[in-house]
Amino acid sequence: MVDAAEVIVEIRELSKSYRRGGQSVPVLENISLTIHEGEFLALMGPSGSGKSTLLNLIAGLDQADSGSVIVGGVDITTLSETELADWRAGHVGFIFQFYNLIPVLTAFENVELPLILTSLSKKERRRHVETALQLVKLADRMDHYPRQLSGGQQQRVAIARAVVTDPTILVADEPTGDLDRGSAEEVLKLMERLSENLGKTIIMVTHDPRAARRAQSMKYLDKGVLANAPEATLAECF
Amino acid sequence: MRLLVAYSFRNLLTRRLTTFLTAAGMALVVFSFASIVMLAEGLQRTLVQTGSADNVVVIRKGAGTEVQSGIDRYQAAVVESDPEVAFGNDGRRLAARELVVLINIPRKGTNSPANLIIRGISKSSLVLRPQVKIVAGRAPKPGLTEVMVGQSVVKRFANTGLGSKMNFAQRSWDVVGIFDAGNTGFSSEIWGDVDQLMQAFRRSVYSSVVFKLRDASEFPRVKERLENDPRLTLEAKRETTYYLDQSAALAKFLRILGMSLTVVFSIGAIVGAMITMYAAVANRTAEIGTLRALGFKRSNILTAFLLESLILGFLGGMAGLCFASFLQFFTVSTTNFQTFSELAFGFALSPEIVYKAMGFSLIMGFAGGILPALRASRMNIIEALREA
Ligand SMILES: Nc1ncnc2c1ncn2[C@@H]1O[C@H](COP(=O)(O)OP(=O)(O)OP(=O)(O)O)[C@@H](O)[C@H]1O
Ligand SMILES: [Mg+2]
Repeated sequence: MVDAAEVIVEIRELSKSYRRGGQSVPVLENISLTIHEGEFLALMGPSGSGKSTLLNLIAGLDQADSGSVIVGGVDITTLSETELADWRAGHVGFIFQFYNLIPVLTAFENVELPLILTSLSKKERRRHVETALQLVKLADRMDHYPRQLSGGQQQRVAIARAVVTDPTILVADEPTGDLDRGSAEEVLKLMERLSENLGKTIIMVTHDPRAARRAQSMKYLDKGVLANAPEATLAECF
Repeated sequence: MRLLVAYSFRNLLTRRLTTFLTAAGMALVVFSFASIVMLAEGLQRTLVQTGSADNVVVIRKGAGTEVQSGIDRYQAAVVESDPEVAFGNDGRRLAARELVVLINIPRKGTNSPANLIIRGISKSSLVLRPQVKIVAGRAPKPGLTEVMVGQSVVKRFANTGLGSKMNFAQRSWDVVGIFDAGNTGFSSEIWGDVDQLMQAFRRSVYSSVVFKLRDASEFPRVKERLENDPRLTLEAKRETTYYLDQSAALAKFLRILGMSLTVVFSIGAIVGAMITMYAAVANRTAEIGTLRALGFKRSNILTAFLLESLILGFLGGMAGLCFASFLQFFTVSTTNFQTFSELAFGFALSPEIVYKAMGFSLIMGFAGGILPALRASRMNIIEALREA
């Protein structure tokens, strides 16, 4: 971990609970966490421990009950829904388990999608999209539709879409969860490169020890609180 | 914007079959709407074109049409002597005493009889109706039992061709001419010498006096003079108004019929569009979540789905209008409910009908799409993303 780097995400006493049948079920309890610029963090933990919930709060998709999430100096828990939408468009790159590409748009158009929310000209957009697709080594597939691409290729297009706006943070929820081992390796290598060569900050939720091994640091979530990882998990990861 | 339209359009292309069926439903509504309104338009055009603005039709007060009217010789002479009646090249007054009677003769093919107008004409009748052109043979001669027949009549009624003999009013009439009056009501008439027809039908009075004005703008004064003349109990109308009045009731009926049918049918089409769009929203829940995560707002989602449904309406409208426009090649006949005679006319498409039909189909698209689009825009991001 790069200690000298600036703090890019600061989570202070974050709590979140869901209401189920009139009863409040706590999902996250008093989470405090800092993530540095350029860090590649793996978030692990058993199913239902609240990993996705935490990631969604960092990415500005969900509302916390209490506590604050400060990303790049902005406390996003104070933003309204429309402000959050604008903030996400500029600051967050999303990588999903099931790629979530738009089936009726080509690879090029899928990557261009987040850029139409910016003020870039058509020409500048094209240049950005081409750069991003070259980065994931799919420049030759830009006119393909998602169904014409393999799972691994689709996930690489999704990564291009996530980085094309040059966001403050990249969030990935089980990015290799739906891929075979070979494709997963490729995607992980790519993420590693984004972190090491381009200095991207990445927060990745994963169950897969092989994925966690690529990250620089790991946090373990258990029943809504940060905990020490069990020995078995640690042994697998490092 | 381009990407948004492409997105909506390609989504419609992706589910080709449902798009086709939904648009076809809308097309059917637009088609039925357009065809009925085109019928009204065609009817009105035919009747309006029948008259000329500088001709005046004089009939008995309250008669409504020539068929119910009666004007005796003395009254006819008074009308003809009005100072505003124009003179022809030969120095004669351009006024015609005419007789209009209905006869019942068999249609071609079915042999079921229908009413036809027989018009007794005077020397000036043809000069007053320059739109009437003799295309075969000649005009009937005064004093002879001869007739000439309009082209629509020849097409639709048996035994009316050039050289045939028609039997009515206890006499045999030689068809000596065929005339073409274009897209006017005269094309559905049979013309013969007024005096011969009056004798044959044992009529002692004319139906109408038609004359040309020296100055078309003098009409209001002429009308006042004729209608207030104590010797006369007549009313004067411009020929255009006279025929327009005949079509008004039927055209209005058709338009109201068209509107009400459309409203009823369109409910079906709107429900169809709504089902399609709800299904589209349900199928694309994860996609909606993704778009929202990327930073698109609720309003963008609303626009995208509404646009999709509007395109659907647009496609339906275009298809419906396209099919309806082919109707212009057909001629239909109907009973003129004012005179109860057969009248041939076509479907006519006007820009107004096109705007209305397209407006209508867009309204259908909007009505069908708004609720599903609202549902899409109101989704919770996290829940939508979980649908993957
Ligand atoms: N919308 C919701 N309503 C009620 N409970 C919810 C909701 N979303 C999540 N939860 C609950 O919150 C807890 C944490 O969910 P979360 O998705 O964050 O877990 P996770 O660690 O990502 O699990 P997994 O590894 O299976 O993805 C779970 O018990 C889940 O049932
Ligand atoms: Mg999860």
